[in-house]
Amino acid sequence: MGYKTLVGLEIHVELMTKNKIFCNCKNEFGGEVNTHVCPVCLGLPGALPVMDKEALEFGIRAGLAFNSEIEKEVRTDRKNYFYPDLTKGYQISQADLPLCKGGHLDIELEDGVKRINLERIHIEEDTGKQLHTEDGTSLLDFNRCGVPLIEIVTKPDINSAEEARLFLEKLRSTLKYIGISDVRMEEGSLRCDVNINVVDDEKKIKSKITEVKNLNSFRSAVKAIETEEKRHMELLDKGENTDNETRRWDENLNETVIMRRKFGASDYRFANEGDLPSIKIEDSWLEEIRNNLPELPHEKKVRFISEYSLGQYEAEVLTGSKELAAFFEETYKYVNDSKLLSNWIMGDVLRRLKEEDMEIEALHIQPKDLADLILLVKDGKINNNTGKKVLKDMFDSGDSPEKIVKEQGLIQISDEGALEEIVEKILDANPQSIEDFKNGKDRAIGFLMGQIMKETKGKANPQMVNKMLLAKINLR
Amino acid sequence: MDISSLKAWEMREKLLKKEISAVEILESHLNRIDSVEKDINAFITIDRDNALKASKGVDEKLARGESLGVLAGLPIGLKDNIMTKDLRTTCASKMLENFIPPFDATVVRNIRREDGIILGKTNLDEFAMGGSTETSYFGNTRNPRNLDVVPGGSSGGSAAGVAANELAISLGSDTGGSVRQPASYCGIVGIKPTYGMVSRYGVMPMSNSLDQVGQFGRDVKDAFLMLKGVSGFDPLDGTSSKKSGINFDLEGGSLKGLRIALPVEYRDLKVTGDEKIREMFDNTLKVFEREGAIIDYVSLPHLKYALETYYIISTAEVSTNLSRLDGIRYGYRTENYETLDDLYTMSRTEAFGEEAKRRIMMGTYALSAGYQDEHYKKALKVRTLIKNDYDKTFKDYDVILSLTSPILPFPFDSIINSPVDMYKADLYTVPVNLAGLCAMSMPMGEIDGLPVGMQLTGNRFQESKIIRAGYAFEKVVK
Repeated sequence: MGYKTLVGLEIHVELMTKNKIFCNCKNEFGGEVNTHVCPVCLGLPGALPVMDKEALEFGIRAGLAFNSEIEKEVRTDRKNYFYPDLTKGYQISQADLPLCKGGHLDIELEDGVKRINLERIHIEEDTGKQLHTEDGTSLLDFNRCGVPLIEIVTKPDINSAEEARLFLEKLRSTLKYIGISDVRMEEGSLRCDVNINVVDDEKKIKSKITEVKNLNSFRSAVKAIETEEKRHMELLDKGENTDNETRRWDENLNETVIMRRKFGASDYRFANEGDLPSIKIEDSWLEEIRNNLPELPHEKKVRFISEYSLGQYEAEVLTGSKELAAFFEETYKYVNDSKLLSNWIMGDVLRRLKEEDMEIEALHIQPKDLADLILLVKDGKINNNTGKKVLKDMFDSGDSPEKIVKEQGLIQISDEGALEEIVEKILDANPQSIEDFKNGKDRAIGFLMGQIMKETKGKANPQMVNKMLLAKINLR
Repeated sequence: MDISSLKAWEMREKLLKKEISAVEILESHLNRIDSVEKDINAFITIDRDNALKASKGVDEKLARGESLGVLAGLPIGLKDNIMTKDLRTTCASKMLENFIPPFDATVVRNIRREDGIILGKTNLDEFAMGGSTETSYFGNTRNPRNLDVVPGGSSGGSAAGVAANELAISLGSDTGGSVRQPASYCGIVGIKPTYGMVSRYGVMPMSNSLDQVGQFGRDVKDAFLMLKGVSGFDPLDGTSSKKSGINFDLEGGSLKGLRIALPVEYRDLKVTGDEKIREMFDNTLKVFEREGAIIDYVSLPHLKYALETYYIISTAEVSTNLSRLDGIRYGYRTENYETLDDLYTMSRTEAFGEEAKRRIMMGTYALSAGYQDEHYKKALKVRTLIKNDYDKTFKDYDVILSLTSPILPFPFDSIINSPVDMYKADLYTVPVNLAGLCAMSMPMGEIDGLPVGMQLTGNRFQESKIIRAGYAFEKVVK
């Protein structure tokens, strides 16, 4: 089968500035309906927009993080259309001259790094929200009107649902890194539309591009791409084709359904936004923003590899989010053993987080506590299995490892005299096992070890016991 | 003494000397309104009670010995496209017939700060679109100099109110001549300040890259006073300039050595029936010459495209600025709708007048895909060329002198049915808005009992030059 899938994404990201983009209303999610409003965001006659500098700065941060070219003189345009949640009859956006041109984001595939190129990033204002009641009336909440947005448009460089997922995750993590959005899809602060078609270069056929909206999680974006590419291929196989149309992902039906057909390009009658004079981006300001930009994911990854001697994979995982990377670095200060630490975090910690569907931010365990636990194991105060059990308790209770170890009496018995006593006792009770071992049944050692652990409630130092057992059996 | 017949600056002087009170000033104007408003119809809304309260407040301030602002005690009219909190603001449209804004325009706040008295909201062409005030939903305003002719427009109510002594001074808005032309037709002074000089915050936009709040007075000093009271930088208006604000006085201007430019494009342009007006203009030039002004003809070659450029840009902006009036959140909503599209279409069809619809349609066309390159975008380029012509001229000259309007105030219903003729009458005024300059219209005489105005145009933020020159001229001809 020779089909290639082409996916381009349009991602709207709400910026978490203090104020809305054109007025002094608070930019906050939630709140009583129609309380975060003023004449400007309500679009009352004569009210005028004034550009919020922070919103502009956040947009530039995004451009710098994605290696875009930043426009020297920022202009805005009016995008004209009628919709009840649009208070002015036009949305202030950017047409020909976006804030950021081009750019790219690299994703890690199994067979290497793939570059996804960006078309543009522009700034604009969000619209209000319509609430539909059961009796068919519609209510309007304008709190969201004028919340600053950036729209990130990729080139159709994404070739599968999996690549889309990786891209979105990397994008989200980067946006979080640079602190411009809380990127919560469920609250709508990150919204994604998919443009998709499939081509068969050999047969020189391709499907018409469809757009899928209403994707409120990465999972639905992935599923929408999967079902949509299948639909495109099946239609082409039947000698038919898709239509240029906008579709909507239906979570319940688990499929895309048609919203509206597209008749040519929409005519938004773009016009200059004369109320907002063009703003010059001074080089000095751009430099300041660049210098204040936090370390980006790929930079951090490179540093992790060199500074902590980690492998590509470990570094990739540990820098997957700013918070996880910070947790690693903070814990490292006490442990000083990056291999050991990365094993603990990548193994038990992340596995448990995944099981609980939690982010690292929600973790109760303090870096110092994890470090203490690792050192308890490393120094032989408790054995590895006990360590894992303690970690589990730490995860649930948030208690320090010392407290758990002490309360449950888990300190490993490494006292030679004490161990000798126990070993002798077990050997006395199990002559058959000694016999078996001498007859070449190595498994007998395992049984004896188990008995000793049972006797000591798992606290015996396994290396010492092992050594001691062999020595004592040979003496008998 | 009829206080209302005094100049505003005279009223203010007498008030400060405590020869008259603010309440007396107001009452004399209310009396005047009672006797002439039925003929003039300058107002859409008169706010007697609040005006009285405010006047009493000024008198109390004065009694307490507090210092008063530059507009102290002056009854002021506001064109009814300027938002006033809790006071109906209609834009002379059925669309906003019952609209009560929840906020004040910045100019309104400035007037209150300067102790001015807001007496009422004046009539205009619907959404400031027109040159005769005949497109108002609230009936015609008549010219106080001759009730059979129009007062001009679109700020016809503000001009007529001042000319009829119903108001001391007033504010209008000027997008292509809407302050200067009615000033000319009513025989008073009208200033269109530099774009960015006066805040537009809270003024219903017509064409937001051209609009500017303008001032009316019965003489130059009065209009100047009004300008002083409302100008200044406003952080709420992104196009407001830090250079705004008046920091000069009227004295010290002289016609001697004043460098005056006369565009040849206006000399060569003939409009039917303008012979007498041209003759008067030539006589006025002789006065300037006699007083020592240096007068030259200059060419501004792109002026000939000004009208077309203006009507494309202004209507394009109109079409987007009026989009917010959709019947959803405020303003008129039709009762005849089933679908959302019906709601939009019928509300706008039923509430907008002919002229508003005409301009919305023209502007929508100019911005439409496939047409916007040859219309809107080209017009923006020509606009820059026109600006450049002016910049060049002002390197060598202080003011550009011209007529304000090539025609006399005309009888009702005579031009309104021929929109292109009406648009043509804007020839002298629209280039000023395209280039963001300042200009002032002031009387230069009468023909057949009808006032004729001349226009002094100055470079951006050179208000001092045109206003001082006008003030000096006024003294000479008095």
